[in-house]
Amino acid sequence: MSNTPNVTRVKQTSGSSSISSLLYSQKIAPYVFVLPFIISFSVFFAYPVVSAFIMSFQEIVPGSSKFIGFDNYKELWNPTFFKAIKNSTVYTALTLLLLIPIPLVLAAFLNSKVMIFKNFFRSTLFIPALTSVVVAGTIFRLAFGELDGSLMNTFITALGFEKQRWLGDRWLGLMTLLILACWRWMGINMLYFMAGLQNISKEVYESAEIDGANTWKKFTNITVPLLKPITIYVFTISIYGGYAMFTESYMLYSGNRSPKDIGLTMVGYLYRSGWEQNNLGLGAAVGIVLLAITFIITFVQLNLFGLFKKEE
Amino acid sequence: MKTAEETKWSLNRVLLLLLFSALAIFALFPIVTLAIASFKPAQELLRNGLNLSLDKELLTLSNYTNLFSPKENYVTWYKNSVLITFTFTVLCLLLSSMVGYALAVYKFRFRNFLFVLVLIIMAVPLEIIMLPMYKLAISFHLINNMWGVILPFVVAPLPIFFFRQYAGGLPKDFLDAARVDGCTEYGIFFKIMMPLMAPAFSSMAILQALASWNNFLWPLIVLNSTNKLTIPIGLSTLLTPYGNNYKILIAGSVFAIIPVLIVFVFFQKYFIEGMTAGGVKG
Repeated sequence: MSNTPNVTRVKQTSGSSSISSLLYSQKIAPYVFVLPFIISFSVFFAYPVVSAFIMSFQEIVPGSSKFIGFDNYKELWNPTFFKAIKNSTVYTALTLLLLIPIPLVLAAFLNSKVMIFKNFFRSTLFIPALTSVVVAGTIFRLAFGELDGSLMNTFITALGFEKQRWLGDRWLGLMTLLILACWRWMGINMLYFMAGLQNISKEVYESAEIDGANTWKKFTNITVPLLKPITIYVFTISIYGGYAMFTESYMLYSGNRSPKDIGLTMVGYLYRSGWEQNNLGLGAAVGIVLLAITFIITFVQLNLFGLFKKEE
Repeated sequence: MKTAEETKWSLNRVLLLLLFSALAIFALFPIVTLAIASFKPAQELLRNGLNLSLDKELLTLSNYTNLFSPKENYVTWYKNSVLITFTFTVLCLLLSSMVGYALAVYKFRFRNFLFVLVLIIMAVPLEIIMLPMYKLAISFHLINNMWGVILPFVVAPLPIFFFRQYAGGLPKDFLDAARVDGCTEYGIFFKIMMPLMAPAFSSMAILQALASWNNFLWPLIVLNSTNKLTIPIGLSTLLTPYGNNYKILIAGSVFAIIPVLIVFVFFQKYFIEGMTAGGVKG
C-alpha cells in the first residue's frame, strides 16, 4: 500500500546487468503478459488444427498410424454422412430464418416508446439461456414424449388432434429441435439487437419524424440498415452454432441414437466415427469438411453483406 | 385529435404487452414444468411424462432427499462442477486479462499478428479439433482429470478480445507517472489496471462461469469415471434407451439451475453485458 520502496525499486530496475531487471523492462513485459496465449495457442490450437489435417489422411490404430491418402474422404461419400450434412444444413438455415428476423422485430418493439416493463421482459426472455443444454434437452425430451400424458400430447389432444410420436418423426423431431433453439436463443439474440439499438441516436428518428416517416418507414429505412453490423455478427455466430449443433440432438435422442438417424448432425457423425467407432482418421476428416463448409458459407455471406467492400 | 392519438398508443401498448407476456410465459413455462415435476414421484413421470397436472396427495420431497443420499453420485458431481467452474473462471480471467491488457496498452512487435491469431481462434469451430485434442489429452495424462477439462480452454479468445477493448478505452496518462514513481510493469497491471477493469472482470466472470458450469462436449470426452463427472455429464448418463433415472434427473436439473438463477437475479447487468460482449466489435 505505502510508497516507501520507491527509491530502491528504481535502483533495482535501472541496474541493467541482472536478468530480473530485463524481465521487468518495458520491452520484455508485454511478451511476459502474452506468454500464456502463445503457449495455449501453440499447444491447444495450432498443433491440433495441423494434426487434424494430418489425421484426416491417416488410418489410425492404437500405437500406429499410416497415410492412406484421400481414403477417409472417399469413405465419407456415403448416404449417412450426406444425411448428417443435410440435417445440419436444414437446421442451420431454419434457425437463421427464425432467430434473426423475429428477435430483431422484438428488440424494436421492446425498445419502442410505448412499451413498459422493459427490463422485466428483457430479463425474463433471457432466463432460458441460463439453463444448460442438458437440462433444456431433458425438459423438451419429456415434454415432447410419446406418452399420452406428456405435455405436448395433452396439449394437442385438447385441441382435437391425434397424439404424436414427436421425436420419432423426421419433421416433428426437427420442429422440436427448432422450438428448443428458439426457446434458448430468442432472448439472447434480442439482447444483441437491443445493444445495437442503443447505438442509434434518437436524432436520426426525430429528423425522420419531421420528414413525416411512419413507424414502418422508420423501421425499414433506419433501424434495419443501421443494425447491419450486429446482424452480420448474429448471422455469423448462428451459422457456427447451427453447424456445431450436437448436444441438443444428443439429449433428445438419449445419446447419438435417433431412429433412422433423423437427428444425426455433422458433429454427431464426428462423435460417432471418432469415439463410438474409434475411427480417428475418419472423424478428423469429418472435422475438416465441417471447417470447409463453415468457412465457405461465412465467406459467401460476408461478401453478400458487402463487408469486404471498401466503402464507409 | 389528441385523445385519438392517446387511445391509439394505448392500444399499441396493450398489444405489445400481450405479445411479450405470451413470450414470457413461453420462456418460463418449461422451467416451471420441470420444477413441478421435481415434486412428483418418479413412477408418476414414468407413467404420464412431463406435464402440468398437480395432484396434492402425490406431492413429495423424496426426489430431493434422494439427491443427497450417500448412495447417489449427485453431490460428488456438484462438488466437481463447483471446483472446475471456480478454478476455470479464476485462471481464465487472470490469464486472458493479462493478454488483452498487453495487446491494448503496449506497442510491441507482434501485437497485431497476435490479435489476428485471437480472431482466428474465434473463427474455427472447436468441434473440429476435438479428436487431436483428445489424443493430446491422453499423452499429457489429462484424461479423467479436472485439469484436462480446464487447461485447453483457459486462455480464451472472447475474454481476451473483451479485455483488449476495455483496457484500450481506459486513460493511460498516469502509467508513465506510475513508472516514474517506481511501479514495475507488473505492479501497474495488478495494482492500477486490474481495479480499473473491475466491470470487465464482472461481466467476463459471469460469462465464463456460466459457460463452464453448463459445458458439455469437451468434459463428456475427457471425463469418464462416475466420481469425476460434472453435473451436465452426470445427468446425461441417467438418460438411456433402456430407462431413465427420473428421480435424480429432474430434481438434479432443478438444483443445477438454482445457483445460476440466484446469481442472475443479483447481477443481471453483468450477465447481459457478458453475454452480448462479442457484439461490441468496433
